[in-house]
Amino acid sequence: MSFSFGSLSVLEDVSFNIKEREMIGVVGPNGGGKTTLLRLMLGLLKPDKGSITVLGKSPEKSSHRIGYVPQQRLFDPLFPVSVLDVVMMGRVGKSWGGPFSKDDREFAAQALKDVDLYHKHQTAFADLSGGQRQRTLIARALASSAELLFFDEPTANVDSFAEQNIYNLLRKLNEKLTIIVVSHDVGFVSKYVGSVVCVNRMVHIHPTSEIDGKNIQEIYGTDLAMVRHDHRCSEKGHTWVNF
Amino acid sequence: MGQFLRDLQTYSFLQYALIAGLLTSISCGIIGSYVTVRRITYIAGAIAHCTLGGMGAARFLQKEYAFPVTPLQGAVAAALLAAFLIAMVKHHSSQREDTVLSAIWSIGMAVGIFFISRTGGYNEDLMSYLFGDILMVSQRDLLLIGILDLIIVGVVLVFYNKLISVCFDEEFARISGIRVELFDLLLLLMIALTVVLLVQVVGIVMVVAMLTLPAAGAGLLVTRLWHMMVTAICLCLLCTTGGLAISYQLDFPAGATIIIMAGMVYFFIIALKKKWGKA
Repeated sequence: MSFSFGSLSVLEDVSFNIKEREMIGVVGPNGGGKTTLLRLMLGLLKPDKGSITVLGKSPEKSSHRIGYVPQQRLFDPLFPVSVLDVVMMGRVGKSWGGPFSKDDREFAAQALKDVDLYHKHQTAFADLSGGQRQRTLIARALASSAELLFFDEPTANVDSFAEQNIYNLLRKLNEKLTIIVVSHDVGFVSKYVGSVVCVNRMVHIHPTSEIDGKNIQEIYGTDLAMVRHDHRCSEKGHTWVNF
Repeated sequence: MGQFLRDLQTYSFLQYALIAGLLTSISCGIIGSYVTVRRITYIAGAIAHCTLGGMGAARFLQKEYAFPVTPLQGAVAAALLAAFLIAMVKHHSSQREDTVLSAIWSIGMAVGIFFISRTGGYNEDLMSYLFGDILMVSQRDLLLIGILDLIIVGVVLVFYNKLISVCFDEEFARISGIRVELFDLLLLLMIALTVVLLVQVVGIVMVVAMLTLPAAGAGLLVTRLWHMMVTAICLCLLCTTGGLAISYQLDFPAGATIIIMAGMVYFFIIALKKKWGKA
């Protein structure tokens, strides 16, 4: 599959498969085509060459089985919606119009319980913390009873505690769902996901255990310092922390 | 206020004006909320100014050729056409959106002024189009206002959930299988109809204020879209009725009084919120 904006080639001869119930990280430098790849998989863009199959059909036809969790910081803080209103939006595509059914309400309530945010369902979306907003958006995707979840930078603009929380939640969801996480944070991705799709015009796929200086340099094109995320210095000297 | 209440019982033009204000407030509160949260005031502005073209052309045909069209009907046609064009440009063209909006805005006005200059008789109507003349609303206009109101309320009741999804997160709506272009067009068409109603009350130039000030004030007080709509309707009712009464009593221009009142209500709410609100 290839894609370009006008004469600018963004993705070239990209080909990979994702298995059911895998957790995949999509990483790469800014401008490398991560977002484009995501939008192609979501059916918001169409490839120039080749094809994309999601759950056995074109992305548009599978849309009712796909859940999308965008970055929480992109939302208008003045928009008047409650947490439950946002989650209910996951159900809107299921009917032609009219009020929500009892089923819709139950799915939304369950989704909010799954992300441990039911007690906040009447709160204004704008009054939530970054991490809570992100969880609300996850609940919205879950409410649509998706089998495949796409995340765009799920930990952007949330504090490290919320970040931890969100990744634990992703692991839990991964027991039942296939999860694809787009992130610029290689260290994070390598800690939590099974394999990574590295995007910088070309695409490489690796199991996370194989990530080392060499292939990071290959994707990012420059020498980067690797920082060990699983290693922390304490006053008493070096200790290893297991997450 | 006594004079206004006494005359209200006697003069039908005053009763019509009051009813026009009440009916318009309903769609103004609802659609104003959408315009405000979606941040598309400038689209409403372009549609509003473009209606002058429709009104001018309709009046020209009516006076010079005895065509059975009224300026209000001309305004409806122009507003719907403008909404349609804007939706097309937004989704199917690579032109800059604000350029196209400015073109619709000013070409619409130019066409209106052209036709008005070609129409015989006095041109006192131009002022009432630009600045509104709620006291000139006829029984027939009221009927049209009522029908447009019903359409808007009906559509919003049925498609509230879809519209809020599209306004909140267009991309997610599209991925969930909602036909975003269709609902965007629907919203623009409803904005067009509301603009026409408001042109009667406050005039082309001040439509935008009436769509945004009550809704923005309401948005400061509540945190859900339909609460915002209900609150905005109440604020619109307060401004149109209060503005009409004050302007009648003191012989002020009605449209301008209504808008000044809307502005005062908005700033009053901001001040209240600053003093007692949490944010």
